[in-house]
Amino acid sequence: MDFSVVIEYFPRLLSGTWITLQLVVLSVVLGGIVALPIALARVSKNRWINSLPFAYIFFFRGTPLLVQIFLVYYGASQFEVVRESMFWPILREPYWCAVIAFTLNTSAYTAEIFRGAIQAIPRGEVEACMVVGMTKAQMYRRILLPRAFGIVLPAYGNEIILMLKGSALASTITLLDLTGMARTIIARTYTPIEIFLAAGAIYLAISIVVIYLFKLIEQRQNRYLGTLSIKVPDKG
Amino acid sequence: MIDLHGYGSQLLLGAQVTVELAMSSLLVGLILGLLGASAKLSRFRLLQWLANGYTTLIRGIPELLTVLIIYFGATTVLMGIAGWFGYEEYIEIGPFAAGVTALGLTFGAYATEVFRGALQSIPKGQHEAAIALGMGSMRKFYRIILPQVWRIALPGIGNLFLVLLKDTALVSVVGLDDIMRKANIAVNNTKEPFLFYLAAAFMYLALTVVSMVVVSYFEKRANRGLHRG
Repeated sequence: MDFSVVIEYFPRLLSGTWITLQLVVLSVVLGGIVALPIALARVSKNRWINSLPFAYIFFFRGTPLLVQIFLVYYGASQFEVVRESMFWPILREPYWCAVIAFTLNTSAYTAEIFRGAIQAIPRGEVEACMVVGMTKAQMYRRILLPRAFGIVLPAYGNEIILMLKGSALASTITLLDLTGMARTIIARTYTPIEIFLAAGAIYLAISIVVIYLFKLIEQRQNRYLGTLSIKVPDKG
Repeated sequence: MIDLHGYGSQLLLGAQVTVELAMSSLLVGLILGLLGASAKLSRFRLLQWLANGYTTLIRGIPELLTVLIIYFGATTVLMGIAGWFGYEEYIEIGPFAAGVTALGLTFGAYATEVFRGALQSIPKGQHEAAIALGMGSMRKFYRIILPQVWRIALPGIGNLFLVLLKDTALVSVVGLDDIMRKANIAVNNTKEPFLFYLAAAFMYLALTVVSMVVVSYFEKRANRGLHRG
């Protein structure tokens, strides 16, 4: 094995990393925004309101991300209507197709995480809100959503890492993200092990940074819980 | 079955390959998971260290990259090892073998955590009771510990299997004739990408539903000795 190719092509790997980071940040932010209304509709007790988000979540969590990317990138171009519409300049670009597919995918997972968090809030807190006469909107804005945010954090951190790993699929629609860049370099140098391992190390480093950041945010968000955990010494 | 321009039967053949790949990877992954969990809980520092390295590495690297590394890297590594023994012929590893290895390794890393949690949740008294009855450590593991681990780990393993089922699509990138690649071939010939990728999506959904039903059957069976209070 010859790791000098890694040093030679490291700047190009870094430019791929930059694309990967853009894809992840864009789709996680957009996905979070899309997920909130879906989660709120999902917890509704009205069957007409909660069945549509149920189908949406079921579809995007039950099918491979690869299929979803191909559906957006190749599938949309099958229709004349799409090709002549104003959205075509966006749907023609692999970059935006990847962002759209990732956003739809992560929003389904995030919506389930949000739903779990909203339902994990003790019933007593909801009752307390009603007792002090809050409207439903006030209750969500002041109590339920901030509480859900704290509960959501660990699972949300995991979801971002899953999205980071999923973003490697962008390379299948000709995007030069970290994996795509690695594959291009390998096509030229034919040193698969060295370059792929280097790419893997960069992904690993990003994951570790994300995990660390979320630990910090979690400590901050849930700091009020700190005083509650009283340590009881073991009785021998 | 819907004809789909004559490609319906091809897609079904692809589904068969997908299921075979998923089941083989599941088997490899379960074994790796049990070994990994035992290593993490063992007294030996070296084993703990190895298992931690394995899970951190695999869980931090994209599954697609793992598949690519195994597919393109295994040839080099295998030929290097064979070279030590004086074997100089070209060795090639097929997409199926590479897929089973990569997905098995991935499944095993996540299953390690599930099994570790399950192993740790078994009360110490169970171990002591088995020893008091005079069971050896192997017999204790097979008769007392494993059946309980199975029950506790089943929901987690079921979830991991659903993830694995979707990850099988990645192996189409290195040329395995699964649902995804059959759909690609159909798209190239008919120029109807939306139709075929949607058909592929619904086949994966159907496989997901079947797996969920099977897992819930196993869960009911595994919990039959438990009385709900």
